[in-house]
Amino acid sequence: MKDSIDSHVTADGRTIGGVLMEMRDITLRFGGVVAIKGISFDIREGEIRAIIGPNGAGKSSMLNVISGFYHPQEGDVFFRGEKRPTMRPYEVARMGIARTFQNIALFEGMSVLDNIMTGRLTHMNSGILSQALWWGRAQKEETANREVIEKVIDFLEIQSIRKTPVGRLPYGLKKRVELGRALAAEPKLLLLDEPMAGMNVEEKEDMSRFILDVNDEFGTTIALIEHDMGVVMDLSDRVVVMDYGKKIGDGTPDEVRNNQQVIDAYLGVAHD
Amino acid sequence: MATSAGAAAKLTSIPSLLKRNAREFGDSPASREKEFGIWQSWTWAQVAQQVEDLALGLLSIGVARGDHIAVIGRNRPHLYWSMVAAQSVGAVPVPLYQDAVGDEIAYVLGHCGAKYIIAGDQEQVDKVLEVEGQIDGLEHMIYLDGRGLRKYDHSRLTSYGALQEKGRAVKADLGAELESRTNALGYDDKCVMLYTSGTTGRPKGVVLSNRNIIETSKNSAEFDRLSVGEEVLAYLPMAWVGDFIFSIGQAYWSGFCVNCPESEETMMTDLREIGPTYYFAPPRVFETQLTNVMIRMEDASRLKQWMFRKAMDHARNVGPRLLDGEAVSALDRFRYFLGNLFVYGPLKNTLGFSRVRVGYTAGEAIGPEIFEFYRSLGINLKQLYGQTEASVFITQQKDNEVSADTVGTPTPGVELRISDTGEVFYRSPGAFVEYYKNPESTADTKDAEGWVATGDAGFIEAETGHLRIIDRAKDVGKIADGRLFAPKYIENKLKFFPNILEAVVFGANREKCTAFINIDLTAVGNWAERNNIAYGSYQELAGHDRVLDTIQAHVEEVNASIAEDEMLSGCQIHRFLVLHKELDADDGELTRTRKVRRRIIEEKFSDLIAALYDGSSSVSTVTEVTYEDGRKGSISATLKIRDAAVGAATDRMAAQ
Repeated sequence: MKDSIDSHVTADGRTIGGVLMEMRDITLRFGGVVAIKGISFDIREGEIRAIIGPNGAGKSSMLNVISGFYHPQEGDVFFRGEKRPTMRPYEVARMGIARTFQNIALFEGMSVLDNIMTGRLTHMNSGILSQALWWGRAQKEETANREVIEKVIDFLEIQSIRKTPVGRLPYGLKKRVELGRALAAEPKLLLLDEPMAGMNVEEKEDMSRFILDVNDEFGTTIALIEHDMGVVMDLSDRVVVMDYGKKIGDGTPDEVRNNQQVIDAYLGVAHD
Repeated sequence: MATSAGAAAKLTSIPSLLKRNAREFGDSPASREKEFGIWQSWTWAQVAQQVEDLALGLLSIGVARGDHIAVIGRNRPHLYWSMVAAQSVGAVPVPLYQDAVGDEIAYVLGHCGAKYIIAGDQEQVDKVLEVEGQIDGLEHMIYLDGRGLRKYDHSRLTSYGALQEKGRAVKADLGAELESRTNALGYDDKCVMLYTSGTTGRPKGVVLSNRNIIETSKNSAEFDRLSVGEEVLAYLPMAWVGDFIFSIGQAYWSGFCVNCPESEETMMTDLREIGPTYYFAPPRVFETQLTNVMIRMEDASRLKQWMFRKAMDHARNVGPRLLDGEAVSALDRFRYFLGNLFVYGPLKNTLGFSRVRVGYTAGEAIGPEIFEFYRSLGINLKQLYGQTEASVFITQQKDNEVSADTVGTPTPGVELRISDTGEVFYRSPGAFVEYYKNPESTADTKDAEGWVATGDAGFIEAETGHLRIIDRAKDVGKIADGRLFAPKYIENKLKFFPNILEAVVFGANREKCTAFINIDLTAVGNWAERNNIAYGSYQELAGHDRVLDTIQAHVEEVNASIAEDEMLSGCQIHRFLVLHKELDADDGELTRTRKVRRRIIEEKFSDLIAALYDGSSSVSTVTEVTYEDGRKGSISATLKIRDAAVGAATDRMAAQ
């Protein structure tokens, strides 16, 4: 896959477009610790892009850079060809980037519906007062937002827990609710931090199907971090491999699988 | 139903009923479905439009008269409409079980030669595509929910919406053709074909005519005074005859509204929101609901528990009598009123039964306690007896003639006869036309005069005139001294105890009856926990002396109740043992629908049966088991055999 190709159609009929986001020579340091060392890669419109690597490789840091939560000391992030200035997380959300977290970050005491509704925040324009009074524009807005959310609920097949407080749900369902909240924002780019961690085989299969369906039905570009190699190789169009903050591989699942450096990183060889 | 004689004469098909409803109740709701969290509804006029659009669409893809159109998916208004649309163009709808696996679908599709399939979603489409190679003649598939299907080859696949769109476009050309096909439908034309579940051998296609469905719907709707204002919840499989009668037959005849739940999991919530006035459920559903109530009551505060107990004790006394319109003192009425205010009312509301005017249960025996519980709350729960071949109704209970162990008197229009062998026969306007492509079975079941054999053994109670079903006719036998032996009847009585999961009774051509018992691990385990009885495995718990004591008490209670029954007093259980393993479909001991396979159990456990009859007090055995992953292993055990006291009606005492 070369950068010169502007768009192409995959074997299963999806269109992969031009570059949506590009990381150029990103370096991220926490004090003396270098988490990411001069990494460059891009994410194309409509693709499923995986970031893999052993523990501590810097994957989650990378995702936090993409989401605008961490600001790299060196390097630039380009969004649709334009250099992205340093942004606050909510500004990034407005650009159409949504994410889920490795350790679920939902409001435990709130219902599934309300949790997913928080994902619509960036689409709400009415003021606090009219929202509190539920009057005029706020009312109309909530109805419109509720419609979007109900479609997400239908899509994720969680109708039966709509009114259940999240704290009472099992882990696998919480993950699904979190995905729902991210989808409610109608993102262009969806970042998933270990969406299958701690799941059993059946839950993984369900989640994989939802990820593929999101990509297929809404054309959402997806960048995900995942440990389960089988899942990564099945789901993604391209894979970036990281190890100790460096990029050691980039390409299609097949290319990456046969990359000697990647094999070494995973099977473990002595590092200098 | 108030219709003039002239109009009634033309009501000879479901589409003609639809036309009448659109004309007479055009603005009242016909279908409702919860989607996106909101109940969406369609009036009869809108349904008529939906059906017309789809019917024209079907014409445009070349559906011919008499073609079979398979319908598969969960209960959704669109799928019900598609069956009526199929009828409108002279085709015959064949609803299939949505959870059927590929092979079963392949058999049915092949057998009926369906050229068109209307599928609910991707899952159903996939199942059909998987077996496409095994069936020929399949021309086109229509799907309702397009999710995940975007990339499929659409040369022979069309979405429901697109087909309706196409239908609207060709109305000018094909409208007259549709009109003439719909008007040509007569009373003797096929209305629907339903496949029986087939406990023995392959499923059989039961052909029901418009006469069968409409006459039955009319008679049964009049019986229970069903009107345009009823609300029902359609949640049972669409391939089941009951659903066809309730959600299409009676609904189109009476003009009431059919509500479809949002998904299978939300059924209970949706039930509460709708509050049906007419409700059907198999005993299993009532049983689960009752168990849930009891479990939640155990966690309730002391005050609430006390209130519940007090109120339920009173309800058990008074509720059924009030329902039956018997005399009840003013004080009791007042106390029942209070109970209703604080307990029965809120409880019924939680269960979704606040508005139930007529409730039915059927399919298998219902435990008397369960039955009484719902009746004492003031829910008019009744039993009916029926089968696919009868378009459901054979007998049903009248409002004030209800009991737990009979199934009522013949539905209006049904004649009943008990043969010399004790088998129940009926003749009715609902009796099926034939088994599709199976004249031999048709001839075996239905004679030239129209009498249909049910395959069930039963008798009519002399004092009440109610039918009582004992067992499947082929299982009914005689014990050695010539008295009647009906194993399932006894087994059901045993299974009504929560501690007993499964029971197998032996005794055909033997001197006395004996039984295998399976304990229910949930119930007995719970009891063990509360009584500080430690156990390491199912086997250990099943062999515990105190468990055996409990089971013995249950068996003796059953014996006492059978002893009073002169016909079946010979079936009292003299000796029993508690099995060391659960009977399991994986081991072939049960069918997939959890029915006992007597012959296999008799062979497999022949040593245990021998021990039951030779008087020994314990027996050692080794049994092969199959694990879920298909590996085989064996368990060995020493089982204690207990003697149970039998009632006086038997002259012979227990062995030893």
